[in-house]
Amino acid sequence: MTGNIIQLDNNGNLKHFLSTEGLSQSLLQNILDHAESFASVGERHVKKVPLLRGKTIANLFFEPSTRTRTTFELAAKRLSADILNLNISTSATSKGETLSDTLHTLEAMHCDMFIVRHANSGAAHYIATQVAPHISVINAGDGRHAHPTQAMLDMFTIRRHKQSFENLRVAIVGDILHSRVARSEIHALNTLGVLETRVIAPHTLIPKGVEDLGVHVYHDIETGLEGVDVIMMLRLQRERMRGALLPSEQEYYQRYGLTSERLSFAKPDAIVMHPGPINRGVEIDSSVADGERSVILQQVSHGIAIRMAVMAMTMGRSNDDTGNAA
Amino acid sequence: MRIQVKGGRLLDPANKLDAKQDLFIAEGKILGIKKKPDGFDSDLQINAKGKIVLPGLVDLCARLREPGLEYKGTFITEGLAANSSGITSICCPPDTDPIIDTPAVIELIHQRSRDAGRTNIYPLGALTQSLNSEQLAEMHILKQAGCIGVSNALKPIDNAEILRRTFEYAHSCDLTIFLFAEDNALKNKGVAHEGALSTRLGLPAIPESAETVAISRALLLVEQTNVRLHFCRLSTAHGVQLIRAAQKQGLPVTADVAICNLHLTEMDIADYNSDCHLQPPLRSERDRTGLIAGINDGSITAVCSDHQPHEADAKSAPFSLTESGASTIEHLLPLMLHLVNRKELKLEKAISLLTSQPSNILNIDKGTLQVGKDADICILDTDASTSVDENNLLSTGKNSPFKGWELQGTVTHTLLNGEVVFDRSEL
Repeated sequence: MTGNIIQLDNNGNLKHFLSTEGLSQSLLQNILDHAESFASVGERHVKKVPLLRGKTIANLFFEPSTRTRTTFELAAKRLSADILNLNISTSATSKGETLSDTLHTLEAMHCDMFIVRHANSGAAHYIATQVAPHISVINAGDGRHAHPTQAMLDMFTIRRHKQSFENLRVAIVGDILHSRVARSEIHALNTLGVLETRVIAPHTLIPKGVEDLGVHVYHDIETGLEGVDVIMMLRLQRERMRGALLPSEQEYYQRYGLTSERLSFAKPDAIVMHPGPINRGVEIDSSVADGERSVILQQVSHGIAIRMAVMAMTMGRSNDDTGNAA
Repeated sequence: MRIQVKGGRLLDPANKLDAKQDLFIAEGKILGIKKKPDGFDSDLQINAKGKIVLPGLVDLCARLREPGLEYKGTFITEGLAANSSGITSICCPPDTDPIIDTPAVIELIHQRSRDAGRTNIYPLGALTQSLNSEQLAEMHILKQAGCIGVSNALKPIDNAEILRRTFEYAHSCDLTIFLFAEDNALKNKGVAHEGALSTRLGLPAIPESAETVAISRALLLVEQTNVRLHFCRLSTAHGVQLIRAAQKQGLPVTADVAICNLHLTEMDIADYNSDCHLQPPLRSERDRTGLIAGINDGSITAVCSDHQPHEADAKSAPFSLTESGASTIEHLLPLMLHLVNRKELKLEKAISLLTSQPSNILNIDKGTLQVGKDADICILDTDASTSVDENNLLSTGKNSPFKGWELQGTVTHTLLNGEVVFDRSEL
């Protein structure tokens, strides 16, 4: 129900990218295909394609982030767009300016795209309903709701390693309750047709009714990892130790930390993923994070290709337009 | 003004009155029913043929936003919106600005509402000073000044000892407490019902237990203090069960529900529709049917608009950052009829929930059609329909979650103290 009405234009093309929920399998595959065509750009001597030359993209970060903002910035530059970085945090709003005032000010600067990160769920949806029709909105993370480009770069990484999604069992381990990454991954995995999606966490970090999103819940990591092809670890925020969600990092590591021993419950060729930044010794052991099954660094470089793909698609461009098809 | 209401179907469930009869009004009172009083000569005749004549409705909770929040609404604008739904008496919670915790504020409210001349206003006094949940408000003085009950509005009282003392003190003042039962810690800054929808949308969630724990705690303290307690705005089926059991046990407790919770569920939030950001939150369909059941078995005896008009900016932001509350007052009666048409309620039940039963909770002499009573009356045309359209809302608040709905039934006339305060043909 979410999304497709607002995310797609009248021709069914991607207009805004707010959530992986509600989009068709072919559209998600299409994003991955586009990303494939962009993946080689970064390896070339001249790391640029002129697809978005003359376009202005605004990075609207209401919540601080270096990594995500940087990859969006790099992606925009590789597409030859001009990029504006705005760390709005609370400065504008504390002056009494409403969010829609801020947006209209930016519109007046003739921006073509807003990349939005915000601490509140639904912020990107809200902004998409407020902007002028020619502006595209890409969600770079809203509250606990969605982080669709992160999910798609994870899908890209999975597809590169496993080719097809059909027979995969995937486990997502960690703080599902607060994780926008987990929600976006769950929707993407199920739309792409995996055999099974599991979530593994203590009861305190599992949101109520999560089964309705199409997952199986496990509280025990060893049973949960049995026979899986892909392990997606989530970052555990330090503040979860407050508020009675978890007793301590040590106890969390003892029960849910991904060690080599636990990894052996998964399939022998299972890959290990993590959206970063990693808490070594909290959710994952260094030997696993740096081990041969880890694809964590690949995820980062895939992030640029995915963001290039989504930016180009929402602006109605594809890499074929410049004869750069992979 | 002498008024004859001709040919209508008089419906007053409290007096088991349901008959096609004329109504005669003079000097603000109902002078006669059926038989024309001797020497009665009307200045005005209202043709109510084919329509239903009801007691003026009593709304147990509406925020008209005066004093202090006039940019959201006033006694005049919201009073007119109320009249258009047949409402003539309104109970207002104390969370105005300033808060209703001194006689001066009550005086101001009475004066301004009298000047507006649209409805009777019954203010609730603050239960604690400034609603600070720490120190008892001057309940006796507030009662003397005209408060008909006391309430902490939406402000939680976390400290059980203080809650107990407020119960004891209100009991000794012979005041009813109007309690919104929500445990602040369990609410945990939530903005939507804890369930599949809040999980999908990633919204901070309010569990069912935020209501049931608060109700249970209050019931145990009622048992100890014997204060009359009215539970405001139930939202869960489980909460209804707790109240039902307490009533069976003989505790002096009553309860109401807001009209939105009888029609809408969490699913209506859909893609972050901020008009559905309410407190208490919209809950599951199971809860909605549980509330309807609670009405039908008599555990819940009133339905209120819980009207909270907002300016556009208050609802224009990411969901969690919007203000809660819906603008509902002008569709309270058509929305109740909608439940009747869907066979969830009987017509008599629906009317008594909006008239005599809330009057009983407030202990006011309203909500019936009887000779000698104040002539607060509403005339309902059940054949005409109302479409809820943002551009036609009378309320200053356009934040109705029912936009686009077609509702059967519309109020043609509303009389307050024997004067016509609303005539739809003059809109």
